[in-house]
Parts: sequence; C-alpha cells; structure tokens
Amino acid sequence: MDVILLQILNGLDKGSAYALIALGLTLIFGTLGVVNFAHGALFMIGAFCAVTLQKLLSLSHTVIDETQTDFLGNPLKIEKPYIMDWFGPEIGGGIIEWAVPLSILFTIPVMVAVGFAMERGLIKHFYNRPHADQILVTFGLAIVLQEIIKYFFGANPIPTPAPEALSGSIDLGVMIGFEVNEIVYPLWRMVYFAFAAVIIGAVFAFLQFTTFGMVVRAGMADRETVGLLGINIDRRFTIMFGIAAAVAGLAGVMYTPINPPNYHMGMDFLVLSFVVVVVGGMGSLPGAVLAGFLLGILESFASTTWATTTIPGINQVIIYLVAIVVLLTRPRGLMGRKGVMEE
Amino acid sequence: MSKSNFTRRGVLKTSAIAGAGVALPTIFTASSAAAYTNEPTGSTVTLGFNVPQTGPYADEGNDELLAQQLAVEHLNGKGDGGCLNTFTSKALKGNGILGKKVEFVTGDTQTKSDAARASAKSMIEKDGAIMINGGSSSGVAVAVQGLCQEAGIVFMAGLTHSNDTTGKDRKANGFRHFFNAYMSAAALAPVLAKEFGTDRKTYHLTADYTWGWTQEESIKAATEAMGWETVNAVKTPLAATDFSSYIAPVLNSGADVLVLNHYGGNMINSLTNAVQFGLLDKQVNGKDFQIVVPLYSELMAAGAGENIKGVLGSMNYNWQLDNAGSKAFVKSFGEKYGKPPSNSAQTCYAQVLLYADACERAGTFNPCGVGDALEGFEFDGLGNGPTLYRADDHQCFKDVLVVRGAQNPTNQYDTLEIVEKTPVEQVTYPPDHPMFGGKDASLGECNPGA
Repeated sequence: MDVILLQILNGLDKGSAYALIALGLTLIFGTLGVVNFAHGALFMIGAFCAVTLQKLLSLSHTVIDETQTDFLGNPLKIEKPYIMDWFGPEIGGGIIEWAVPLSILFTIPVMVAVGFAMERGLIKHFYNRPHADQILVTFGLAIVLQEIIKYFFGANPIPTPAPEALSGSIDLGVMIGFEVNEIVYPLWRMVYFAFAAVIIGAVFAFLQFTTFGMVVRAGMADRETVGLLGINIDRRFTIMFGIAAAVAGLAGVMYTPINPPNYHMGMDFLVLSFVVVVVGGMGSLPGAVLAGFLLGILESFASTTWATTTIPGINQVIIYLVAIVVLLTRPRGLMGRKGVMEE
Repeated sequence: MSKSNFTRRGVLKTSAIAGAGVALPTIFTASSAAAYTNEPTGSTVTLGFNVPQTGPYADEGNDELLAQQLAVEHLNGKGDGGCLNTFTSKALKGNGILGKKVEFVTGDTQTKSDAARASAKSMIEKDGAIMINGGSSSGVAVAVQGLCQEAGIVFMAGLTHSNDTTGKDRKANGFRHFFNAYMSAAALAPVLAKEFGTDRKTYHLTADYTWGWTQEESIKAATEAMGWETVNAVKTPLAATDFSSYIAPVLNSGADVLVLNHYGGNMINSLTNAVQFGLLDKQVNGKDFQIVVPLYSELMAAGAGENIKGVLGSMNYNWQLDNAGSKAFVKSFGEKYGKPPSNSAQTCYAQVLLYADACERAGTFNPCGVGDALEGFEFDGLGNGPTLYRADDHQCFKDVLVVRGAQNPTNQYDTLEIVEKTPVEQVTYPPDHPMFGGKDASLGECNPGA
C-alpha cells in the first residue's frame, strides 16, 4: 500500500511537469496550428531564468583573506555578494536563498518576451507551410537556443537549491497512520505539484471566464469565422503563444531545485510531452493535463523493482506502449474530438 | 537513331564509385611501405586527443583538452616544464618526442561510442595521428581501444573506470593510467567499515551499462566480504533524469546505506534526489543513513553543490595531493588556466607524458616498441606517487584516494577533502581475477598496423 501511495505521489510530481509543458504545446497547436519542437527549449530557458537571477543576486566583489591561501599558495580571494553588503548577511543571504521562488516574477515577463520574439520573428513565417517544415524549423531553433545557453552557462549542471524552509522531506505516512519512514516525500516536490495545479487552474480560468479567453476558444474552434467577425484573432494567438511560453518557463523555474538544470534538459522532456499531447488528444487542453498526470503515474509504477523484474525494460517503454494502445483504441487520443485539427 | 548507354546518371554513378574506391582508407590494408601505421617522416609528430567537446560531458572534455595542450607545451620545451622536472624518467628533454616537434589534432567523442570511433578514425586516417588519448566514458574507451588495436595505433585511455577496459576487453595497444571500479571498492571498503561499522545493509542504484555493472559487482563483493548485506540492487536507465521512483522505496527497504553507482549527470541527479528525500537526515536500523558515491569527479561535485557534504567516494587523483609531481602539475596548470586541474585532466596529462617518454626510451614510435617500454614501467613524479604500468593487463597500479564532500569548503575548488590514501598493495589484484575476464582475458598480439 505504501509503495502504491509513494509511486502515485511520484507520478503526480512527474506528471506536473509533463502536464505544464504539454498544456503549452497544446495551446500553441490549438491556436496557431504549429507543432512547436522548441517548446522543451522554453522549459529550459525558464530554468535558466532561475539560474540567471541566482547569479545576479549573488554578484560579488572580491575580498582578500590574508589568513588563508588558495591552491597556488596566494592569499585566498573570497567572493562577497553585494547584496550582503547592502542588506547585511542575514537578509542578503535570505534573498539569495529564495532566488528560485523570486525568479517566478522575473521569468514571466522574460518568457512572454521570448515567446513573442519567437512567434513574430520566426514561427509566423511558417504558418502556411507543412507541419514537417514547422517541425524542422522549431527543432533547429531548439538546438540553437540550447547551444546559446551552453555557451554562456557551460555544459555542467548548475545547482539551484530550494530555500531552506522548503527543502527536506516530510513523513506523510505518519500523518495518515503508517509506520515511520514508510511514506517520506520531499517538500519541494509537493510545492511543485501545488504550483502546477495553480498554474493549470489559472490557464483554464483565463480561457473559460474572460472575454479574451472566450474569443481564443472560438478562434480555436473556427478561426475563419472569428476573423470574419472583425476580430484580430492573430494578435490574440500571438499573446497565447507568449502565455504558453510563460507556462513552460514557469515549469522550468520551479523544476530547478528538483534536478540541477543543464542546457539539454528541454530535450529530455520534449519527446515525452509530445506523447502526452498525442495521448491526451491533439488540441485538447484537459486531455493534455489528464494524460500528463496519467503517464507520469504509469511511468513511476513502471520504475518499481517489482515492475522491472517482472518485465525488464518496462520503465523505458511504458509511455510509448500506452501511446500505442490509446492510439489503436482511440485514434484521436483520450479527449480528442472528431473534426478538431483534422483536414 | 543510335542509342547511347552513356547517360548523365550513369557517368555520375561510375565516377562516384570510382571516387569512393580511390578514397578508401588504406589504413587497414598492408599496402603501405611504412613499418607501422602513421610512421612520422617529417619534423613533426601528431597526437590525437579524442575528448567530449559537445554533449553533457563537454566541460570535463574541455578540462582534459587543457591538460593535453599543457602536456604538448611541456614536451616542446615551452612553459615551466611541469612534471618534466619531477618525472623520475629523465628521457624527455623538452625537444618534442625523438626530436620531432609535437603537434596535435582533436576529435569530439560526444560521449557516444560510434561518434568517438568516427572521430578517432578520422584523426588516424586523415591527420596521421600516431596515438589517441582521452575520453570520459568506459563505453567510449572500450570502443576506441578496439579501433586503435585494429588500426595499429597506441591508445592511451583517459577517464575510464570500468573493470572491462583492462579486464575482459584489454588490448595490447591499449593502456590505462586511471584506476578502476575494483580499486575503488577495495579502497573504500575498509574506510566504510571504519566509519559506519561492519553491520550495514546496502541498497544499490546502478547505471545500466558496462561501467555501472562492474562498479556494482566490485562494491558488492568488497562490502559483503566485510560483513555488509546487500538488500537490493536496481539498474537505472542511463538516460534517466529523475530518480525519485528509484529512491522513494529505499527508506522502507531496510537498507541503511545507499550506494550510487552513477557517474556524471546521473550521479548529480540521483544524489540530489536522494538528499531531497531526506535520506541523510534519517535513522534506519538505529543507525544514521549514509550515501556512498564510489566514483567522484570535481565537476560532479560542483553540479551536486551542497548535496555532497559528508558523502564518501573515491578518486584517481586530487589536486590537494602533497607530492612534488602533484605540486608541479597544479602550479603549471593553475597558473596557465586559473583553476586547479581535475582528476580527468591529470590522467590525460600523465598519459601524454608517459607515451612520449616510452617513445624516447624505446627509440621508436612503433606501437610494439612503445608497448614494450610501457610494460612493467615503474615511475614517480607525475602526481600520483610511485606507480607501476603492469605488463599483464596494461593497468597502472598506484595509491587510491578516498574522498569526502567537504563540510565547509572555502571556495569552489575544495569541495572534496582527502580522507585516506589507500596504499597500492590493498588495491592490487591478480591479472586473471574473475572480475577482469578471468583466465580467458588476454591482451592479444601487439599490432603495429601498416
């Protein structure tokens, strides 16, 4: 029982990342009809927004400590962050420690701007081209973006820890009557799940309860008619691209304490997120979220010792097996509807 | 009307086939007049440095390349001479190798066996490299070593830690200065017993490829021999990025030690995940839970940040080693590049000097002559202390370092502290040890190529 609960928790947290990325992918596909292979790169850029803010907050000047020596025997140079000079070590250190949550504020405008630049600068020129061209150009863009990040930040992962107060783990099992150490889960992963739930809820609420969202939904269903009504649907879709980029970026920011970010982390998520979109149903936002959590949980269960000893290698193929089964039984995906995104 | 078979497409096809025929590599054929592959005839000799320049290990590859360039500089008599001043063999004079100026070409392994073979092949065939050095993975090392054996080129391995490289996959043309998984286990086990006692239960997470398997096998054998029990050993896919599914069940398994047979990005993420799950704050079986990382590197320590504090592991070399060779190398490398060298940089630097020295002592670049000079060669002054290049398997035997993540590092370079220098006798094993291919393992015949 405890194993099942643990793997469900694991799946929810993996699924949160899948769902957030797939949600953005579906938004872009549903509105602009573009298959965006650069979406993983947006997730990665988001993560590097957190790294950048952490570096900015830690900008330092050198203090020479004559009492210690460095590896060459010279007096040791110690880096002292300016922020600690300004606010004192306690508050200054605290601000640096909270760099990841603080980067949420920093990431949203950056990612919206990146999204606008991507859409206006490159992707809009490919609207009327075949999907294969769109895939090639966005995939190429993803490679360019990750090489740029590698140039500035290197290939090695960069540790970006969560604040002390949100690090560590909680013994959830004890709270619900299990033995000590049976269900222990990291606090930050629960924060990630809660954060993902809030973002997903906010996106749905925005589309459901605002006039802007209503127009976008109408445009997703029938772009031409909305255009004939005199509404500039293209501009709204561009804004949606910016929002989708921000969602992917936020998913990346909050992921940094889970695994130290590196330049190719976007590619690790990209293929899986596409499978999530296909399983959920192309163009279906609830489908993307449902499939994200479903596949996250299934992947977690497939990684248990019991599963890998029963069927060796199942942990690596489970997602694709599920995709095959879903596509054979429901060719439009779990929540895809007839006529949506079909010629 | 006459009909010609001489079509444009036909001409193109014929010329393409003819072109391919002309361009066919002559390296594997015996048509050359040279005594051995890529025998240098001019005033220069070319070395091939095959390191990951792209992909996740690019930073490690870059560090290796810096060390290789430094070695070439020292061989050519530039800079401060580095370890040429401390090396016990005095054959190198700073005038290149056998009077020929040393040049080098580089290849990008991308940490992929096929890419590494392709880049090594290109350096051998197109650039005339006489020796290949480098690499940051055992899969790559075993693949490139096989290629060099076929081509008649000496392979001086870089960072490769699998027992197989000088075990079941050993080759007459291949040489390893770096230590291996067996040595890590033999060095770590007594320290683990001293620190954590002899009544412990371990849980292994193991990267699912040649290095991971030999690492797990070695640590299991060494820890079980001192009374520890292995509760579970789980293979994790090399491509895994999130290890939560594998780590979540550890606490409840009855194990009180987690051994992470992971390297590079795998290790950074698995250790980070394990610390997130609070393993190091827990008590199991009445004892403090512990994590062990058998193979450490400086870059991994940097990537894992605070999470390595107090975690034990082993290394081939650390810049804090206090011997004359190490001091000379750290000074030379540090003054040129502004940072201390990593252990992968040191092994590449040492390998380049060892190769050059063997050529000088043998009086030839012929791989068989170089091999004879390296076999059974005892030396000191390259940073690791007294070392033997064993003739039977072309493995270097020297002291092994047990290190621990520093509790209070003063800067980004002293994140690891040396706990113990395990003497070489304790990590030595017979050449026909079962973990190294047993009685069937053989170097084969040296191949000079040509």
